Parts: sequence; structure tokens; C-alpha cells
Amino acid sequence: MNVDFSKEELDFQQEVRTFFKDKYPQDLKKKSDSGISLLREDFIRWQKIMYEQGYAAVNWPVEHGGTGWTPVQKYIFSNEIARANAPDMVPFGVKMVAPVIYTFGTPEQCERFLPDIIQSNAWWCQGYSEPGSGSDLASLKTRADRDGDHYIVNGTKTWTTLAQMADWIFCLVRTSSDVARRQEGISFLLIDMSTPGVSVKPIITIEGDHEVNEVHFEDVRVPVANLVGEEGKGWTYGKVLLQHERANIAGVSRSKYRLSKLREKTSQEIHGASPLLDDQNFARNLAAAEIELKALEYTELRTLAAIKVGKAPGPESSILKIRGSEVQQRIDELYVAAAGYYALPYVPQQYDLEFPINEHIGYGAETRSSLVYFNNRKASIYGGSNEIQKNIISKHVLGL
Amino acid sequence: MDFTVSEEQSMLADSVAKFIDNDYDFESRQKAAASDLGYSAELWSTFADLGWTAVPFDEDDGGLGGGPIEMMLMMEQFGRGLLVEPFLANIVLAGGVLRRLATDEQKTQWLAGIISGETQAALAFAEPQARFDINNIVTTATADGGNWVINGSKTLVLNGGSAELFIVPARTAGEQSDEDGITLFAVAAKSAGIEVKAYKTVDGQQAAEVSFNNVAVDGTAVLGEVGNGYATLQDVIDEATLAVCAEAVGIIRTLQDKTVEYVKNRVQFGVPIGSFQALQHRLVETLMECEQSKSLLLWSAMVNNSGGADAKKSIHALKYQIGTAGVNVAKEAVQMHGGMGVTWELDVAHFFKRLTTIDLLFGNADYHLDKYVELSA
Repeated sequence: MNVDFSKEELDFQQEVRTFFKDKYPQDLKKKSDSGISLLREDFIRWQKIMYEQGYAAVNWPVEHGGTGWTPVQKYIFSNEIARANAPDMVPFGVKMVAPVIYTFGTPEQCERFLPDIIQSNAWWCQGYSEPGSGSDLASLKTRADRDGDHYIVNGTKTWTTLAQMADWIFCLVRTSSDVARRQEGISFLLIDMSTPGVSVKPIITIEGDHEVNEVHFEDVRVPVANLVGEEGKGWTYGKVLLQHERANIAGVSRSKYRLSKLREKTSQEIHGASPLLDDQNFARNLAAAEIELKALEYTELRTLAAIKVGKAPGPESSILKIRGSEVQQRIDELYVAAAGYYALPYVPQQYDLEFPINEHIGYGAETRSSLVYFNNRKASIYGGSNEIQKNIISKHVLGL
Repeated sequence: MDFTVSEEQSMLADSVAKFIDNDYDFESRQKAAASDLGYSAELWSTFADLGWTAVPFDEDDGGLGGGPIEMMLMMEQFGRGLLVEPFLANIVLAGGVLRRLATDEQKTQWLAGIISGETQAALAFAEPQARFDINNIVTTATADGGNWVINGSKTLVLNGGSAELFIVPARTAGEQSDEDGITLFAVAAKSAGIEVKAYKTVDGQQAAEVSFNNVAVDGTAVLGEVGNGYATLQDVIDEATLAVCAEAVGIIRTLQDKTVEYVKNRVQFGVPIGSFQALQHRLVETLMECEQSKSLLLWSAMVNNSGGADAKKSIHALKYQIGTAGVNVAKEAVQMHGGMGVTWELDVAHFFKRLTTIDLLFGNADYHLDKYVELSA
């Protein structure tokens, strides 16, 4: 047993590290380092750069443009992108809908949708949750009624991340209510956001940013050709999608970057005050978070190791989402504690670097530390709330 | 030992509670917070008419002679309503200094206006390098004949954008963190050399960065004795700490009640989610945390009212409780409201943000536990 990288893996690490150093645009880096949200065009510009390098669709089959990397190489890649503080690909197209299309869709659908996804020519969003269907997703009510060559879609999706930027939405819709199990009446449908009847209503989140939305469907005509796989099998396809999410759901790499950055910053004097790490309480809290994160990192590596030798992920992967979100939130709290009073001014999502109080704030990107903390309370709620995850582990792992 | 309040205290508590219930709905609160002023000037005037701005001041000065019990009762209600009007800044902080140190002339000049609601004030208790230590002061006041020249920067000056009066702790002697050598000055906001950069805070209130560049004041600006301001400053901050803890107790009780109501009504999987034992047990935990916090609040208010030996220590204990148990109640409230708990539209989110802010104000839980330990030695 060993945790060292092989020579090939080290070379690979260097290659990836160099790419991020040379190719992540400086103007975008300034934004990420300052906690300013990237705009739609920023994301697309960066994603096209990653596409040119062949990095846009790490997990796809090679025949569709994937990298063919080993699990260790993928682990190295996610560490390096986090280390560069560069954004990941927006996941809805490349990581969520694409695997469903290339696994269950027709060759024609692959040809139609995959190139635009990998090249970031089409921005996708996810239509799953509804106001009445959160944890109980199978109770969803958005209907797709067959009418000749079309489905007529009516209903409301909610918590749709970045729908305001999206060209397409993939939806779980109800095509039949006459079924033994609710899940059996659900289908997976791809909908063009510009179709008449589709409207997007912003939902402002706790910190004041616009990230999520409600998407309303009123008699939206969707070609039957946009159905992926078989009618009534959408729930199964949706579950496959969730499995693909598991690779990075713990957010270990990002958490590692954030903690190491925090350690670095709090070891420095700010405004003539001695380093915050001199404060025993803070030092101990930081250490405890590092320990929890290290444990999580190795839980994730165990999962990768199992996949490498062809085993299905065991209970380790179920733990990743719960502990991953908890560690993220713990780090958020450390940033707020470190910022102290500097966490309290409200700093808008897009802010001028000349913002009046900037000169006093010693922590750069973390001027928005409390806003990040507020927004990230969602981490224990989304993706299957931690309560649901515990139910899953309890039932399927503990057999209770 | 007596846990009952007097008739006057009861009437005061009831009148504030009724105001919050009937005249301070969430939508209006949000509108006031979003306005340029950051609060309702009209309501501030109403508070003065009702005598609320007079509560802690001596009757000789036009006050009502109230103490920690009255403050606790009012602040708890203000917490329930998520008040954005600058009661803490004017009445507890700036007012607290003036109450203790102001001469009759200074009271006429400044305190009368605060009580009448016509003057906005702010106590500049924090500096950029100081974190939570109020004795850590590099703002200087240099003697110049009978006058003083003030230089330095203050951060998170609550109500700083509206204030006409700044109460400014400045160093007239000693080293950066010495308790001796701190003098409190009453400085008009329109004095030459003052720069105010106002901003909204993440909890819906407002503050400012205030810098002093060769600001000249005369001897009448000195509050109390030169070099001896620290004890008063500490007393006022302690009083303010107790006040925001009372506000926090109001907040967490409100969150608890709202969450219980929500889980009774939110149906998923065909049943109210409140029927799940996992949530039930957690809500019992948060109930206990609310009750324990209230109990510590009562102890602290009572012992500060009577001036007992544990008065200071009790405030540290209470602040630690709010920053641990109180924070947990707030987190659970957001979590159990699901996605709704993380939306701007739901009041729960804003209660959470104010509670988070209170945790930081005047020192977080770690800070106060350290102080408690120090006082126990």
C-alpha cells in the first residue's frame, strides 16, 4: 500500500499544473481571487479554453471526446484545478445530462447534443425539483402529455441553477400517472429554453445573489425526438446521473485549497495585528478542520481505489456527500471567524474592486466570507439533503 | 429570589411586543432595510414618542430610569421583529457612554437629542487591527493647548452613516493595547477631517468605516477623565453584549416556533416531515437550547441589575451560549426549512443572518469563553 504518485502520474500533474498556470486567464483569476462571480461569457470563454486542451469532458467515453484518464489522473486534475482556483465546468451539461444522452440516448441525439455541450455552445440547466417535490422528488407533477409528435409540458421546476443563462433544460416529467410505482411514470425530456411557454423567474438566495430560479412551463410543445430513452424510464436514467455526480461531490479539492489558503493568510500579520494563528482557539479549530478534511480525502481515495480495481463504490461514497458538505460548511465558518468584523459589510455579487471598504479588508476574496457562508447552507440541503443521504445509508448499508 | 417583573416592566414588554406583532411586519422591515437611510425615520420618531428611547436614562435627564431588566425585555422583542432601527447604536452604545460620563452641558448638547429622537449617534468601538479587543486602539488624540487633534481609523461603526455624533475612544497615553490612556471624545460628525464610508451590513443593518484626519476638538469634547475612559467603554460594551444576547434569545425562540410550525405543515412522502423522529429529536434539542439560553439571559439580566459579583462573568457565559447553542438553533431552522430556508424571501433566512452577526459582535463564542476562563482564575 502506498500513497505516492508514480513517475507518470507526477509528469501528468506537472502537465496539468502548467496548463492552469499558463492558460487560466489573468482577468478571470483576479475575479475568482476577489470573490467576484464570473459572468456567463467568462464561464464560456474559460470552458472553450479547456475544450481546446481536451479537458472539457474528463469523464466522457473517449469516443465522444473524453480524456480516458485513470481515476488517479482524474484525482490529480481536480486537485490542480482547485489549486489554480479556476472554476470547474458548469456541471449540468457536461457532467449531468451528457452521460444520460450517451448512455441511453440515440446516436442521433448524441450527434445533435454532445458537440454543443463539450464545446460550451449550449448552456444547460437541470429541471428536477418542484415546489411540492423536494426530498420527495418522485412526487413530481410537471406533466408531459403526448400530442402527436410532441409532448405538451405543463408545470413548474424550482431551484434551477443558472436557468437565467441556459439554452436548454433537461427535465424529469410525468408522462403517466397510471402506474404501480410513481417512479415508473417519469420520463427524461430535453427542452429548448426558447420554446414558447417557457419562462424563468429569479429566486434570490439568502445572501442576495441571483443563482437559482423557477422555470415555468405553460403548454410547451416539445418534440418527441427530445425524449431520452424510453418513456417511463426517466427515474432510472436520473439515478445514473447521480452516480456520475459522486466523483466530485465531496468537494475535497476545493476544500483543501480553501483551508491551505486560510492557513497561509492567518499566518500573516494584518494591519499590524499579530497573526490570527497565534490565537490558540483559531489554531485548534483550523487544525480540527484539516484533520476532518484529511479523513474525507482518504475516504474519497478509497472509493477511487475501489473503482480502479473494478469494484462498485461501497459505503465510502455515501459518506462523501454528507461529510463533504459538513466540511465545506465548517470551512465557511472558519473564514467568517477569521474575517471577524470584516465579514459584516454587504458586498454585492459583482463589485468594483474600488468598493469603499476594500482597503481595510485583509482577506481578499473572503470579503464575502459571510455571504458565502450563508449561501452554502444549501450544501447540506441540495443534491439529496443530508437527512435523505442518512436514510439511504441507514437502509442500504446498515440494513436498518 | 423572584422571577416576576414589575407592572411597569410588564407594560413596557407588552407594548413593544404588540408593536412588533401589529406594526412591524417583515415586508415593512425589508423595505426599511433596503432604503437609503436603512431604517424608518418615522418609526424612530414613534419610538421617541413612546418613551422607548428614554428607557435607560436617569429621570433627571428626561429618562425613565430603566436598567438591565427593561433592556432585556425590549431587546428580546426587537429580536422577534428583526428590528433595523438603530436602537443599539443610539441608546445602548452612544447613549450608554453619555449616561455615565456626560456633564450637564454635554447632556444638553447631545443626550437630549438622542432621547428626543432628533440626534443620531454612534460609538466607534472597533479598529481595523483590533479584532474584538476594545482596548486595542491606535487612534490617537494629541494635546494641542486645551484642544485635541484626533487621527486614526475606526471600523464597523454601527449607525455610522447616519450619525451626527461620534463617540470616539482615542489614545492619549500608553501603548497600543494598554487599558490606561484611553480617552472618550464626543465629536460632531460634520467636523473637518472626518471621512465616512457607509455601507449596508449583511444582516440588513448599516455601519461605516470612519477615518479621522487631524480632527480638532476642544476640551468640551472630552467625556469623563482624560486617560480614564476604558472602564466606561468596557461597561458599555458589556451592556451592549447583554442587549444583543437578549435580542438573540428573541430571534432563536422565533426560529424555533417557525420551524416547528413548518415541519407540521410541509408534506413529503405523503406525511408531514415533522412526523419523522429524526427531526423531532433535533427540535427537542433546539427547544432545550432556547430554554437554556433564556435561562442564562434571565440570570445575567438579574445579576447585572443587582450588581452582583458574577455580573461580568454572566455576560461572557451568555454570549458563549448564544454563539454555540443559539447558532445551532439558527442552523437547524434553516436546514429544516429545506431550500426555502436559503431564500431571500423567507424571513427565516434573515433571522439566521442577524444571529450570525450577533455571534460576531463584541466577540464570538471562543472569545467570551476565554474571558469567562480569565474571570474564573
